[in-house]
Amino acid sequence: MATTPWESDLVSRMKTRFGESIREFSTYAGQNFLLAEPGAVVPILEYLKIEEEFEYLVDLTAVHYPKREQQFDLLYVLYRFPPHNERIRVKTLITEGDRPPTVTGVYAGADWMEREVYDMFGIAFDGHQNMKRILLPDEWHGHPLRKEYGIIQQDQRWVQENLQIESGQ
Amino acid sequence: MPEATFLDSTELVLNMGPQHPSTHGVLRVILKLDGERVLGTECVIGYLHRGVEKIAENRTYVQFAPYVDRMDYVAAVSNGLGYCLAVEKLLGIEAPPRAQAVRVALTELNRISSHLLWLGTHALDIGAITPVFYTFREREEALKIFEKYCGARLTTHAFRIGGLQYETHDTYEKDLLAFCDMFPARVDEYEELLTGNRIWVGRTQGVGILTVEDCKELSVTGPPLRAAGLEWDLRKAQPYSGYEKYDFEIPTGANADTFDRYLVRMREMRQSVRIIRQAVEGLPSGPIMAKVPKVIKPPVGECYVSIESPKGELGYFVVSDNSTQPYRVRVRPPSFINLQALDRMCRGCLVADVVAIIGTIDIVLGEVDR
Repeated sequence: MATTPWESDLVSRMKTRFGESIREFSTYAGQNFLLAEPGAVVPILEYLKIEEEFEYLVDLTAVHYPKREQQFDLLYVLYRFPPHNERIRVKTLITEGDRPPTVTGVYAGADWMEREVYDMFGIAFDGHQNMKRILLPDEWHGHPLRKEYGIIQQDQRWVQENLQIESGQ
Repeated sequence: MPEATFLDSTELVLNMGPQHPSTHGVLRVILKLDGERVLGTECVIGYLHRGVEKIAENRTYVQFAPYVDRMDYVAAVSNGLGYCLAVEKLLGIEAPPRAQAVRVALTELNRISSHLLWLGTHALDIGAITPVFYTFREREEALKIFEKYCGARLTTHAFRIGGLQYETHDTYEKDLLAFCDMFPARVDEYEELLTGNRIWVGRTQGVGILTVEDCKELSVTGPPLRAAGLEWDLRKAQPYSGYEKYDFEIPTGANADTFDRYLVRMREMRQSVRIIRQAVEGLPSGPIMAKVPKVIKPPVGECYVSIESPKGELGYFVVSDNSTQPYRVRVRPPSFINLQALDRMCRGCLVADVVAIIGTIDIVLGEVDR
């Protein structure tokens, strides 16, 4: 990704405060994002929410890169209302099996978003009050948005037991 | 220990849906009740899950475009616009002015038709039978315009990446202006039926309160946020498709209840008429497609594009790995996020109010479940 460095007052404030825990401040297609160490995400979001008025968690999602050592991108999209009217993304890389801490304590709205990430990618969030699937049935096996999950793949056993049909295809 | 009798008051768990007329599809809500009072709710969703985001990774950029219409199928035009804008951003292109004006007009018409469906069914849920016949009458007029333009009424696939596939039809301007002339008086009719109606006011005022603080905390956007009093609309805050050129207002409420959300949507329909009129009268001439490569392969990168859909902020996060298929498409569906606030809105209210509150959030299960 051909990014350019992102520079602003906010960036310099964050650089002094978080130092090495933020690896990169970049801009791509006019959109700013920062790359943080997994352990620093909750303090960064707390800081952004309380001191910088990023009160609105727009979205929380993940991307799977199976060939990388750190297989998942975890993304938090934040917004602060006018007069700032600014949108940023906080990005962190995590490894298979990691249990990133929940951000529901900072943004209550992250509840369902984290459940969806768990459902689709199998990333369980530590400290989440209700860490279970949200869109797929609770007994389903597999996490469909992982790259190794095929487009027509299904949990055959679940389909046979619950729908009384041989196959959903 | 005294023996239990029928007069004991114990908590009751009541299951509502997934087949229930007021849940607008297949939403299941588990209610915990103390008599008629709601102590808590839990939503069970996913009955309509089709794996749209997975499908995206296995289709080309162009092939995936019609799929987005099937999420929020009552506002298919908005869904299509958001997706096209996201891919255009990755490609670094912009639709030409004529295409943008047509996009704005049709998206606003879609906002009206989405709000009309909401109004009719919401009133029906609460017990007012009449409005649904009125609103479907006008919705039909809007759908006819979509049909004339692109051949489809519901899942329109009206736009293409880079602009429009179709030039406007011969009666495009006449039809839309006729709709703009006719429609405000019809909104007056709905308001006559409902706004001053004692039963309507009694059933909606003070019900399902969701303050600005609640909205921010739970990421709720769209009419519920505006009804709580915050004047925030992406069309004004971060304009796209040339919305900055149009003169319109953001309606807001003050009481953050079901009645105010109703009023906000009614006023939004009137504002949409204003926008359509401007977009039709100021329709520029020129090409309708930007220069788009025959095979769409955006450079490696990612972007997040949001638009103001009738239900709230609709976001698309698209990741490209420079192949013909998107590496990842994430949809931020406003219905899904706003539905999360149901529990907060329902606590302490009566069972009958739950029906009103589900209606006032304005969800489409196709979008909640994707």
